[in-house]
Amino acid sequence: MTMHKQLTTGGATERWGLGKLKLLAASMVLAASANAATPPTSEVNTTGLAVTDDTVNVGILHSVTGTMALSEEGSVQAEILAIEQINEMGGVLGRQIEYIQEDGASDWPTFADRSSKLLRRDNVAAVFGCWTSASRKAVLPIFEQYNGMLYYPTFYEGLEESPNVIYTGQEATQQILAGLNWIAEEKDAETFYLLGSDYIWPRTSNKIARKHIEDVLGLEVVGEDYFPLGHTQFNSSINRIRLKKPDVVFASVVGGSNVAFYKQLESAGIDLVDGDMSLLTISVTEDEILGIGGRNIEGAYAAMKYFQSLDNPNNESFVKAFKERWGEDSVIGDVTQAAYLGPWLWKAAVEKAGSFDVDKVREASPGIELETAPEGYVRIHENHHLWSKTRVGEAQRDGQYKVVFETQELMEPDPFPEGYQ
Amino acid sequence: MSNFSLSNLMTRQDVLGFVVLALILLVVLPLSLDVMRLNQVGKYLSFAFVTVGLVLCWGYGGILSLGQGVFYGLGGYALAMFLKLEASSPENTSIQSTPGIPDFMDWNQITELPWLWEPFHSFGFSLLAILLVPTVLAYLIGFAMFKRRVSGVYFAIITQAISSILTILIIGQQGYTGGVNGITDLQTLMGWSIRTDYASYVFYFVGVALLFVCLFIAQFITKSKLGRILVAMRGQEDRVRFSGYDVANFKIFVFCVGAAFAAVGGAMFTLQEKFMSPSFVGIVPSIEMVIFCAVGGRLSILGAVYGALLVNVFRTVLGESFPELWLFAMGLLFVGVVLAFPDGLAGVYQKYAAPTVDRFLDKAPLFRRWPSSTSHSEPIKAS
Amino acid sequence: MFSDYSATELGSIFAMQGFAGLILFAVFLLMALGLAIIFGQMGVINMAHGEFMILGAYITYLTSNVFADYFPALFGGYFFVAMVLAFLAAAALGALVEWTVIRRLYHRPLDTLLATWGLSLLMQQSYRSIFGAREVGVEVPDWMAGSFQVTDFVELPVNGLFVMCIAVAVTLAVYLLMFRSSWGSRVRAVVQNRPMAGAVGINTAKMDRMTFALGCGIAGIAGSAFTMIGSTGPSAGQDYIVDTFLVVVFGGAASILGTVASAFSISQAQSTMEFFLGGSMAKVLTLLTVVIILMFRPQGLFTLKVRK
Repeated sequence: MTMHKQLTTGGATERWGLGKLKLLAASMVLAASANAATPPTSEVNTTGLAVTDDTVNVGILHSVTGTMALSEEGSVQAEILAIEQINEMGGVLGRQIEYIQEDGASDWPTFADRSSKLLRRDNVAAVFGCWTSASRKAVLPIFEQYNGMLYYPTFYEGLEESPNVIYTGQEATQQILAGLNWIAEEKDAETFYLLGSDYIWPRTSNKIARKHIEDVLGLEVVGEDYFPLGHTQFNSSINRIRLKKPDVVFASVVGGSNVAFYKQLESAGIDLVDGDMSLLTISVTEDEILGIGGRNIEGAYAAMKYFQSLDNPNNESFVKAFKERWGEDSVIGDVTQAAYLGPWLWKAAVEKAGSFDVDKVREASPGIELETAPEGYVRIHENHHLWSKTRVGEAQRDGQYKVVFETQELMEPDPFPEGYQ
Repeated sequence: MSNFSLSNLMTRQDVLGFVVLALILLVVLPLSLDVMRLNQVGKYLSFAFVTVGLVLCWGYGGILSLGQGVFYGLGGYALAMFLKLEASSPENTSIQSTPGIPDFMDWNQITELPWLWEPFHSFGFSLLAILLVPTVLAYLIGFAMFKRRVSGVYFAIITQAISSILTILIIGQQGYTGGVNGITDLQTLMGWSIRTDYASYVFYFVGVALLFVCLFIAQFITKSKLGRILVAMRGQEDRVRFSGYDVANFKIFVFCVGAAFAAVGGAMFTLQEKFMSPSFVGIVPSIEMVIFCAVGGRLSILGAVYGALLVNVFRTVLGESFPELWLFAMGLLFVGVVLAFPDGLAGVYQKYAAPTVDRFLDKAPLFRRWPSSTSHSEPIKAS
Repeated sequence: MFSDYSATELGSIFAMQGFAGLILFAVFLLMALGLAIIFGQMGVINMAHGEFMILGAYITYLTSNVFADYFPALFGGYFFVAMVLAFLAAAALGALVEWTVIRRLYHRPLDTLLATWGLSLLMQQSYRSIFGAREVGVEVPDWMAGSFQVTDFVELPVNGLFVMCIAVAVTLAVYLLMFRSSWGSRVRAVVQNRPMAGAVGINTAKMDRMTFALGCGIAGIAGSAFTMIGSTGPSAGQDYIVDTFLVVVFGGAASILGTVASAFSISQAQSTMEFFLGGSMAKVLTLLTVVIILMFRPQGLFTLKVRK
């Protein structure tokens, strides 16, 4: 009895909590002008989504508590910023976006539970969320069963292509291959040492890196090492690296381990700025440098698609808006930018389809272009990933990256790369 | 033992408790909740299997295990392995470089089903494994520890270390276990889809039925001679030993029962969540389950069910509305329950509501002649 | 693995590897000492130990900011001030916790485990609300960064040396306090026979509070020192907890010598295995070995006979 009561009040309190942060009423004025062209709800929503004549509901699903909160905070901020900006411009099909935010609590079953609530109870038109591969794998069957649309922002290992997900970050080959080519040539590197945290993303990334180094570049991998998540003592492993004397260390350590690794690397006397050894990371964005400290990672290279320091008008206004909304001290990493693309890509697809229906949005998605993306031009591939450039940045003492290389062409996303499996 | 009739096994308060719980779980909740919420309740009830086991181990036996998640996880994984093999038929996995093996193995360049997985093609074997693997592990741990008289805090910390070893192993050996992602995307059970609403209803009721089986077993244990020896042991272990009992054997037995219960819970979770994750094996969920038990009342098997249910409902409500507050609430709950209500909800009920209910039962025609206490029970307190 | 190297290179690798083992030893010792005192002397398991360490780390972070803003000239020395403050803050909070929670639970040691776990959740979420979910970067003074070149090949990290010095200093201080001061003999008297200690006029309640505060204070110092080698975030304390407990239990309760011995053996085993087998495997094997040894020798390496 009490159960039922508590559960239903749960639904009611959402209105008061984080559930529905109502957006600024000021933006409604702008919306009114667009109203003339607003198509009737019955036309744009034939599948019972939470769409009214003035609003459309979407979900944001990230961890705001637990160990992943530090990484996912930036994504939440970027998604909220994008939604607010879209609303100011008149919303989507004349409707203001309202978001329902759920907490995945850094726990994969919780992600599954909350996503099923968003899709079945709240009937949201799209969900922006997830960060780790584990959380995406946990919600994927639910999105496929209840036909939801997930915009997933993180660079990840690939090996997946779901009709219900748009992957706005890079898959592994996009992120890794160009970076390896560049560093092999630039540093005349012959030997590589691969290391990472012990789970699927670093292992798959290193597998692809090894194939590329050995089969394509014809160079040598002299060592490979993994650490449990949360590992904090790296001195022995650093000695292993010294023993092997690789030209390049290729690192995909994540979380708190990252901080410990770079601090201990620096104090072990391995000089990334002028030394013989270079380091190429695929896991340290500007967000992580905050915790690591610029001096400890100065001189390391990162292969990603976005750096806060990118010099183009789109990025300038994005960084400005982000800092205005979330404070002068905010930093923006690769994933934060990818999360920002989500709502914009969804808006473009909805407008192209002329409907919120998930099937129509999915059909309209391939080929959607975004000229205004902070990282530059992006386009959705048939396989639901983005065409995007790969860039290499050099970490600076102030915590920013200096872009030292970018690919001429957009890299084609290839989640199931031939010859790399 | 000859005088073991039903009235010896259950006081009329116990009977009333079982009936009320049955009404809530079988009638009230299914009628008032939609299928999604009912499915959530089903998942919370899977923790109740663990907490009932904890009442036996911890409340009665004084053995605090911080590794119940290991058994819960093993039970869940055993079933998930069977379901995953079924979902990985050669037709479903034709795009893989090796069709017919689970997708995560293919990603990890494993080209042949590991021998450890082979027997999980059989449903019968998997059901046996759910019960036996955790129980045998519990026996080994219990044998090694209790025979050497390891107890109390030491036992708690060693079980905690075991759960962290298993977590690191599962995450590290991802080619064989699915790693940190767990075993996901389970579809059918013997060809029957487990993802429909109908299946959710069926699993809910199966879960409740199994829970009642465990509750009856637990009730039997607590009211039998074994239960009284356990309590005596918890208070004065040496005196029991000097009386000629082999204390270790009783502890091993009750620890194994707790492990088997937990494993059934884990398997029910796998069925209802449709995936299994290493996050249940770690330290945090194991400790959380202890607190579910403490909230319900560490000496009350029915209280343990309510504890698991209420804390989780509370978490969902708070987590959906005020995620930041959840950890504060959980933290305060730990401290508050331990300090102020060591006997949990059941203790509160015993103190305030039980006398009134008992007077009422004196008048109720059905219960009037049922004894209000079993032949040899006295109120037991949390040490 | 070694065939391609000259004797000098091998010599220096082994020297550095030995040093890496010693650093790990110092880290384990610092983590475990505070807990060992509390557990050994009071039988209380403090599950919030990691969070007390992180409190020390955040105090260090705040101190470094204050020095950078107001006394930039003295920045080189802020770390010493920070460690004292970290000790005081953690000890004060420890005393408060003992007074409000722990003292009510001495007759139920398993329950202290649950209550302090609750406390750790409260502390984690407080850090998240106050300092944000992201990790903070603690700037260390220049003299503490970098390494100390011994030969062409052997380089010793300064922060590692520093952590070792702190570990030695804290251990010595604890030893002197426990075994050479009158306060220490009173604490030990309480452990060995509480009623008798009370009867001869020792205020046992006050002893308990001070012991708990001391243990938490040492955790604060450890956390402060670890800002040089690890991360400072709301849930970073969790990374230390399993190792810490194992070191204490493996060493045996009530024995500071045991804690030292166990920290040494576990750190050497782990560091050597990491070098040969890699991080992940080394961790599992270390934990497994410790648990198996504990099954055969559950009382730990060293024990103190106590009259209950």
